Amino acid sequence: MMRTPLRPLARILKARETGENPDAIEAENLRLRHEEMRDRSRFQAEGRLLVLSVFFFCAFAVVGARMGLLAASEAEEPRAQTSGAGIFAQRADITDRNGRILATNMTTDALYAQPPHMIDKAHAARELAKIFPELVEKDLLDDFTGKRKFLWIRKKLSPEQKQAVHDIGDPGLLFGPREMRLYPNGKLAAHILGGARFGREGVHSAEVIGVAGVESAFDDYLRDPAQDGRPLQLSIDLTVQSAIRRVLNGGMRLMNAKGAAAVLMNIHTGEVVSLVSLPDFDPNDRPRPLLKGDPADSPLFNRAVQGVYELGSTFKIFTVAQSMELGITSANTMVDANAPMKWGRFTIREFQNKNYGPKLSVTDVIVKSSNVGTAKMAMEIGGTRQKEFLRRLGFLDPTPVELVEAPGAAPLYPANWSEITTITASYGHGIAASPLHLAAAYSSLLNGGTMVKPTLLKRDRVELGERIVSERVSAAAVDMLRQVVTRGTASFGAVPGYEVAGKTGTANKPKGNGGYYQDKNINTFASVFPASDPQYVLILTMDEASDTSSDQPRRTAGWTAVPVAAEVIRRAAPLLGIRPIVEKVEVPELTLTSN
Amino acid sequence: MRNIFFILSALSVMGLAFWAYHENYKTQQALKDVDKLQRDIGIRREAIAVLRAEWAYLNRPDRLLDLAALNFDRLGLLPLNPEQLGRVDQIPYPIVPELDLTGTVTVQGDLEP
Repeated sequence: MMRTPLRPLARILKARETGENPDAIEAENLRLRHEEMRDRSRFQAEGRLLVLSVFFFCAFAVVGARMGLLAASEAEEPRAQTSGAGIFAQRADITDRNGRILATNMTTDALYAQPPHMIDKAHAARELAKIFPELVEKDLLDDFTGKRKFLWIRKKLSPEQKQAVHDIGDPGLLFGPREMRLYPNGKLAAHILGGARFGREGVHSAEVIGVAGVESAFDDYLRDPAQDGRPLQLSIDLTVQSAIRRVLNGGMRLMNAKGAAAVLMNIHTGEVVSLVSLPDFDPNDRPRPLLKGDPADSPLFNRAVQGVYELGSTFKIFTVAQSMELGITSANTMVDANAPMKWGRFTIREFQNKNYGPKLSVTDVIVKSSNVGTAKMAMEIGGTRQKEFLRRLGFLDPTPVELVEAPGAAPLYPANWSEITTITASYGHGIAASPLHLAAAYSSLLNGGTMVKPTLLKRDRVELGERIVSERVSAAAVDMLRQVVTRGTASFGAVPGYEVAGKTGTANKPKGNGGYYQDKNINTFASVFPASDPQYVLILTMDEASDTSSDQPRRTAGWTAVPVAAEVIRRAAPLLGIRPIVEKVEVPELTLTSN
Repeated sequence: MRNIFFILSALSVMGLAFWAYHENYKTQQALKDVDKLQRDIGIRREAIAVLRAEWAYLNRPDRLLDLAALNFDRLGLLPLNPEQLGRVDQIPYPIVPELDLTGTVTVQGDLEP
């Protein structure tokens, strides 16, 4: 490019001749040159902007097109990657603590019909009614000949039924693959597992949704693909559960009870090793909930968790333990137990109007189960402190156990904690809680005095919970409960080798309209074993039990719940791997009497 | 010189095209194989799940109890009792016979070759 000189000599000379300012020429030339430079750089910048905008346009167009394509096309599995496990069931298995299957999946087929494609509708309806007895031929024919273009016939088919439907040979009868939930152990852990049903259904697959129990409480976890098919491991021991259910079922019949429940809990971890509620149901074929009457009469009702009962004298140990913890009494303090006790317009009586008084040691208050003795101790403790103690033991809130029914089973207690409530609550009346509450509270009290939370999940290790009572009080409480079995109301509870300790509780059932039934009881035996090193807590509750082996029906826990609990412990303890403790036999000393 | 360069580059382009064509078909075949294997794995897993379910069903405690009762004559199985638990030192282990050292003892032998 030619560069114009700023001061061309010819023009300068000419300007000088004409007397003009030659600097004006230079300024003019400088201006022209600057203009030229500006134009050039603008052109350059515009060009660059254009290139950039084209580049950005292309980039965004590619991204947009890709997004549109991804949104519009069918999802496709990445095929080239070598994936590891991958999902193979839409719902994870549930196993017991030793990995034995409690719930798993099976593939099956659902049967549906497309009437427009059917050839011989009458024949198909007739044959289907033959294969499935619950279907009615006329209804099927009405459906096939009506306006419907699609209808479900059955949700689950066995392979034999599928073959039979194939043999009908109608092109309008079609199958959709299904994954169904299977509980191979049937009724065994029915209330824990709950059950499952189909959710949204399509031709190619259907959702499986948990409806109750663990299946519902862990629904999201079980369906989470990120778990990669890992099973949900519960704290339940299948073998122990089976043994307890069998013994409890026998005991329930023997004692003419309407229902029964048992909870076996690990005292240190709060793991529920077994939870049985009778009568029960088959989760593979879950019955419908009752539409009228008392829902507690349905087999679906979980007495151990949902059953909120007044648990009677089993509460006395809490009053005694708190009294000892506060330093008001010790195990040998003599307390006033003169029955009957008058308080305002109320009279507190002992069982069968006995009088164990006038004075009883604290240990004997528990051994003889004195209402008056515990009432006096509770009055010394005071209502506020008593309520706070029961709250720390978990009696005022629903249990945190992982069942969908648990939050709904809140304990019942008077809103206003008056002095009469203090008196009745000290021996377990006027406050209602579930057997599971009692199991957790007994565990917390007797394991050395630290709080445990009931759980249905297997725990590897647990941190010590909040301290409820001192170790000394905890040991003293176990010792008192041991004496209840050796010389008190629960003498039938003795199991050789397992040092059972426990407390009976007999409470009259409340009528729906206030007042109590005289001949209907809730009998509870809360036990812990072995007493020298407490490992497990067993709570056994029987509903309306009576022992009719003598002329007079006996309805106390000592005659009904205790012998059944003893048999449960005798069967369950060896399965739990507890070696019986050889009790020392007192050998009479040999004395030399004569030579 | 220039011509040779052109010819060589043309040949290499043809060679690369040939190679890419084959790779494409090999990849597609490999994907097909993967698909088939995945399907096989799926079928096997389903079979395993069914077998596990069947095993659990056949080993359910109720059935085992019934079987134990049915075959009591042959097996004599009873529920586990507390008396069946014991300590290790209660087991009568067979007594190891003491080495008989009354006769002569040969302490002579052949050296290995």
